[in-house]
Amino acid sequence: MNWRLWLPFLIFFGFLGLAAYQLSQPKDEFIKSTMVGKELPYFTLPPASLDRPGVDSRYFHAGGPKLLNIWASWCLPCIAEAPQLERLKEEGVEIVGVAIRDKPSDVMRFLAEHGNPYTRIGRDDLSEVQLGIGSSGVPETFVIDGEGIITYQHIGDIRPEHVPVLLEELRKAEG
Amino acid sequence: MRALAILLAALIALPLAAQDSMPPAPYAYRQLDDPEQEAAAQELMETLRCLKCQSQSIADSDAPMAGDMRHQVRIRIAAGEEPGEIRRWLMDRYGDYVSYQPVMSATTWPLFAVPALLVGIAGLLFWRRFRRRA
Repeated sequence: MNWRLWLPFLIFFGFLGLAAYQLSQPKDEFIKSTMVGKELPYFTLPPASLDRPGVDSRYFHAGGPKLLNIWASWCLPCIAEAPQLERLKEEGVEIVGVAIRDKPSDVMRFLAEHGNPYTRIGRDDLSEVQLGIGSSGVPETFVIDGEGIITYQHIGDIRPEHVPVLLEELRKAEG
Repeated sequence: MRALAILLAALIALPLAAQDSMPPAPYAYRQLDDPEQEAAAQELMETLRCLKCQSQSIADSDAPMAGDMRHQVRIRIAAGEEPGEIRRWLMDRYGDYVSYQPVMSATTWPLFAVPALLVGIAGLLFWRRFRRRA
């Protein structure tokens, strides 16, 4: 029997095996921003709460590295990351918030309940800043260096083990 | 009995609110007044991928973020931007992921090359076979 007769079958089962293997692999659902390494696009947002000013992108051009936290009062993982943001604030990190599709009354209620680690909170009703920096969900946290360059993106809620990573990224952004 | 009660409770349970309470963006569901511009926007939206959903274009999705993306597309088209520019603007932010219009790149070239190669091989096989018969 000609061995070459089996070749198509071998190729077919090879494909089958490849497909089965790929199906068993967990899908990476994170869509990374391709804005990392680029300059923060220009934006200006009105305040999202009554006791913090709004956010202007020029604010990131002075005063050292900062965190830009994309969040919302209606987002459950944002509650989970609140203690970690508080810890980062205690470490002396400046955190600027952008509230996505949120009402000031809801923002105030969230902050009263879970703490307010922000120095400024901008109100992004149309997800404009979110789209502008390549963020695809809430929460996401960006490290912005003192010149307004995005140097790092953290996708999802900040867990305790991510705090040292963010501190290290902030230190690197220093210079 | 208790299991049945739990099952019944599960049936009427409401999912936790994970959506915002804001109204959709002005141009999320409103068409542009100029039919030509609306057609261009629609064509573009059908080839932009929703970032929050599985395998849906932003034209098909009811996710609030897809609505905000449609708003962006429509106001940019209305402002006279070319669809290609808007696609590039989004691809600068989200990479190839956001576009349903495949481009040839360092990672995608096999998708274009392999079919051409297979057709070439098939052609060669046919040619050899028919030549032998003739």
